[in-house]
Amino acid sequence: MTARSIGQEPQLVRAESDGAPAYKLSGAWTSAHARTLERAVDAARSSDRSPVSRIDMGDVLALDTIGAWLVLGLGGRDDQAARPELVNAEPRHLALIERIKSQPPAAVQPAPTHQAWFVRPFDTLGRLIVGAGEDIVRLMAVLGQILVSLVTAVLHRGPSRASSYVNQFDLIILRAVPIVVLIALVVGAIITQQSILQLRNFGVAIYVVDLGAILMLREVGLLLAAIMIAGRSGSAITAEIGSMRMREEIDALSVMGVDPYRALVLPRMVALVVGLPLLSFIAALAGLVGTAIVAQVYGDIPFDIFLERLQSTLNMRTLLVGLVKAPVMALIIGLVAINEGFKVQGSAESLGRHTTASVVRAIFLVIVADGLFAMFFAAIGF
Amino acid sequence: MSETPAIEISDLVVAFGPRRVIDGLDLEVARGEVMGIIGPSGSGKSVTLRALIGLLAHQSGTVKFNGRDVSSLSGQERLAQSRRWGVLFQQGALFSSLTVAENIEFPLREHLGISRKLRREIARIKIEQVGLPASAASLYPSELSGGMIKRAALARALALDPEILFLDEPTAGLDPIGAARFDQLVLNLKDSLGLTVYMVTHDLDSLTTVCTRIAALGGGRLLKAGTLREMLDADDPWLIDYFHGPRARHLKGSEHGV
Repeated sequence: MTARSIGQEPQLVRAESDGAPAYKLSGAWTSAHARTLERAVDAARSSDRSPVSRIDMGDVLALDTIGAWLVLGLGGRDDQAARPELVNAEPRHLALIERIKSQPPAAVQPAPTHQAWFVRPFDTLGRLIVGAGEDIVRLMAVLGQILVSLVTAVLHRGPSRASSYVNQFDLIILRAVPIVVLIALVVGAIITQQSILQLRNFGVAIYVVDLGAILMLREVGLLLAAIMIAGRSGSAITAEIGSMRMREEIDALSVMGVDPYRALVLPRMVALVVGLPLLSFIAALAGLVGTAIVAQVYGDIPFDIFLERLQSTLNMRTLLVGLVKAPVMALIIGLVAINEGFKVQGSAESLGRHTTASVVRAIFLVIVADGLFAMFFAAIGF
Repeated sequence: MSETPAIEISDLVVAFGPRRVIDGLDLEVARGEVMGIIGPSGSGKSVTLRALIGLLAHQSGTVKFNGRDVSSLSGQERLAQSRRWGVLFQQGALFSSLTVAENIEFPLREHLGISRKLRREIARIKIEQVGLPASAASLYPSELSGGMIKRAALARALALDPEILFLDEPTAGLDPIGAARFDQLVLNLKDSLGLTVYMVTHDLDSLTTVCTRIAALGGGRLLKAGTLREMLDADDPWLIDYFHGPRARHLKGSEHGV
């Protein structure tokens, strides 16, 4: 048996035989030379469309599927009547050609017709709107499922899964503390520095304490913590649930009579709702530290004056406004992440798409919700 | 030239930390041979396969393809070498974001630089060859059944008409008809393309109908290699269990036909 050699350049030589075109093939008709072969065959076919009478394969050293398909193409594979005579072919080459001939590939299905260009934007808009509507319904369904599983988890005596709750709290909240502290500290410092610059013009640089404290406790601490958690844990939750869905682990839970919402979703949700207020409080404190440092270094406000001012400015209400919003933000992040996770279909691409969607939507909704809260609190004078 | 074996493994050692999973394995696979690899779970069948195709580094020993040591190849040569392999992974390992046809076209597109039309036609030939319905071409892997995934993955492994085909439990999860057709397909390909097949399998029918030789691994070493007849006569307790167990009843009859 000849080894399939790479070196032999394939060749296609045209010869006349009884007035009809005939070809003599040589060299290795294999995938390694596919590009050359395809060009040669195309050139031969386009220069002369009359039926080929004879193909001499005597010098063909090697043949594989692509080579055989091209030999068939040379002989006019679509034209049933014109079957050129294959001469001098090695039996196994002939067998390969016969096998491919006997299993012709199915006809090419026509590609789905594309919409006209002027329809496409409307089509996309329509799909977006319908998709958003469906998402709202689905989010409500997820919320309902979570509440039901919460009630059953509280009332129904089953395994407590305490370790799972603790583990999720550790992963989602505790491990996020360092990065949240760092970011809040830096943002607090930057806000303070900019505020001092402006307030100095009016000679009231001391008010930077009021500004920083209220901003940190009411808005920035929570926003920073929520955005960080949406990016850090929202994506993780979506990816976990999505890949578990892809590998049928969620189905396995269901058939074992374990509610996946109770086993997977609830620990994450509880960690978020309980943890985010804590995390946003920590972020606010870190922000205040940043404020204090910059106020001392940059605004010449001594630390004891800073504290005195802080005490007279802050009250319970400021703290509560921040803390009341936090569980709602946590709920939004969790619902979006879990909803996207359950929407993951079989492919890796789909997992990536839904993880991205989870983070983007969660951050967007958190900011929108914060705006709504600001309007609400302003309206009720809180 | 045809005397050099397609695959030559000598004194191969693969270890994970202190644990030697493959401990001095010697095995030769001749050109055009279908070598069936058997062995109990954890005997290192899959590890050997992964070490052969370069997914796992080996600590010592040599692996030669067509007489050339893999570790002596340059990056370019290694790439050229891997184009001459087809690998069918146990779970198929189809690209989940591509359709079946795109999966099969993928190696053609990466390596050959042929026209889109020819690529499609070749992909369709392969789909036909492995016995998938033409309608499967436009489906995504997540929409396929287990058996169809196997076939699509085989079609992709065969896309470049490899010289050596590595199959990791190809008939596991196929119905007997599909498995028999698969065996026939491997035989056909072997005859028409001069294919060398390295097949990890537990399918006794595959072993009898397709494999020219069988190698049994155990404890990271070669227990015994030989034809089915030789394996049936072996006196190793595991081989006796394997070839004379309740599921191997019909081998007795077919033994004479081999």
